Amino acid sequence: MLFTSYAFLGFLCVLFPLYYLIPTRHQWKLLLLASCLFYFAAGPTYLLYILTTALTVYYAARRIGALGAEQSAYLKEHKAELDREGRKAYKDSVKKRQRRWLLFALLLNLGILAVVKYTNFAIRNLNGLLSLFGSGRQLSFWNIALPMGISFYTFQALSYLIDVYRGVSPAQQNPFRFILFVSFFPQLVQGPISRYKDLSPSLFAEHPFDAHTLCRGLQRVLWGFFKKLVIADRMLSAVNTLIRGGDYTGAYAFAGMLFYALELYADFTGGIDITIGVAEALGVTVQENFIRPYFSKSIKEYWRRWHISMGTWFTDYIFYPISVCRPMLRLSRFGRAHLGEQLGKRLPIWLSSFAVWLATGIWHGASWNFVAWGLGNWLVIMISQELEPLYERFHRRFSVAEKGWFRLFQVVRTVLLMSALRMFDCYRDVPLTFRMFFSMFTARNWAVLFDGSLLTLGLTGLDFAILAGGLVLLLTVSLRQRRGSVRDAVAARPYPLRFCLWFGLFLVVLFMGAYGIGYDESQFIYNQF
Amino acid sequence: MEDLLNILRPLHPHVDFENCDTLITGRILDSFDIVSIISEVEAEFGVVIGAENITPDNFNSAKALYALICRLEDED
Repeated sequence: MLFTSYAFLGFLCVLFPLYYLIPTRHQWKLLLLASCLFYFAAGPTYLLYILTTALTVYYAARRIGALGAEQSAYLKEHKAELDREGRKAYKDSVKKRQRRWLLFALLLNLGILAVVKYTNFAIRNLNGLLSLFGSGRQLSFWNIALPMGISFYTFQALSYLIDVYRGVSPAQQNPFRFILFVSFFPQLVQGPISRYKDLSPSLFAEHPFDAHTLCRGLQRVLWGFFKKLVIADRMLSAVNTLIRGGDYTGAYAFAGMLFYALELYADFTGGIDITIGVAEALGVTVQENFIRPYFSKSIKEYWRRWHISMGTWFTDYIFYPISVCRPMLRLSRFGRAHLGEQLGKRLPIWLSSFAVWLATGIWHGASWNFVAWGLGNWLVIMISQELEPLYERFHRRFSVAEKGWFRLFQVVRTVLLMSALRMFDCYRDVPLTFRMFFSMFTARNWAVLFDGSLLTLGLTGLDFAILAGGLVLLLTVSLRQRRGSVRDAVAARPYPLRFCLWFGLFLVVLFMGAYGIGYDESQFIYNQF
Repeated sequence: MEDLLNILRPLHPHVDFENCDTLITGRILDSFDIVSIISEVEAEFGVVIGAENITPDNFNSAKALYALICRLEDED
């Protein structure tokens, strides 16, 4: 049941009235039922996967929490008898037992994710190796479906587990409430990857009907539909033609790179707007996942503003644990002693970042192009990190940092750099990506951008006009967001004006969304991750 | 405390680490800075700051970070 399907609209039309009609203490149970139905509709067997994750993580976290409570009670009771060493030895033994539960749930759930997502990737590579060494034997691929949103819900559940282990979150005692946390339906399709302490207070709270909240949520949903249907889906045919349609090199590759960057942005942020809007209409607060990423002045800043929940997940649960673990600190010490102070200090950062970007690439998809994309990001970030002192000297020498034109240059540079890296994602083939990238510097066909050739890519003049109008609106809203919520600004206007604005947007979605005859709602790009 | 300030100052020479209490919330320190600080704290104080202690509360000011180091030293 995709967000842009009629079935989903019907689902919401039933859910919203029911949600506000039933006693508020039962609302979370209705959300649990709705989430299970939503997931069941995606594939009945998928429900088994998500329940396995939810229940194993729930049980392991409860055991970890119980051991922590047991430890507190024991230490309180034996305060007088235990000396410092005794207390430490007891705490260490409890930590060891807690770690066993943590490892059990981590390995099981990451194992499930690895099997369903990466088995065929491993087989493909093994077959390649077999061919390389002249073996005629080839392994058969597994016929295994990837459950919807498995990367998202697995990471969300594991963040809770690690937080309980670290003592950041309390263990949830009610398994049904925990299943709801893992399976909350607006987040299942493409995140965000919410933290338990952020999502649970409003998820389990009672929400009496409030027309204002409902209305604000629906406004956000409408904005999400605008991005997805009017911009992203309209660009789809041009992107598909340019990327998969043959030998579109040079200027075509440049156009394809920018079209894909725009399509991905509108698709993903539109989906997140729908997620946050649906949750908001239900009174549930889901954290923001984007802060106008294409206004970033550097790649590092871009990654603080794009898919924020994924970035913080990798930072908190992979980057920090690896970079500050004892072996890494020992390596750093060794580096300082033998390679110099500066190099020794940087070693943990380089290695941990490498691990994070490798994991980020693999998380996005089981193929080498995603690995190349992840490592490309790592390389660019590391280079810019190392060049930072040089940038600072340049900024001081020429006093350009606060100049408007220079900030615009930085923004355009970031957009181009990120879009170029995304070519690994859109072509899905590493050698082809390099060929297309370099063709932009060698092909001499820039005239095609202006001589009407772009009108042969599956988009008419009207499509381009709608896209241009949509982009102007998108840019205007993004610029206005820097001064605060656009919805609040609209809400402060006289009723007839704000009615016209929202109804106008509704009509734009209705008449300018990419449906057409035989419309088949297209998947969200991040759905597959 | 002075030893800690000597670790922090070279990272961002223009920041008043003695008085600033928005090192994380004000986006002054990023994740690379934090790892660098932890590595130097381990070398200087012999204290390992684990990933579970990397929270905005512990890193928002030099004072909070120093309190964390003292606490970890006590636990050791």
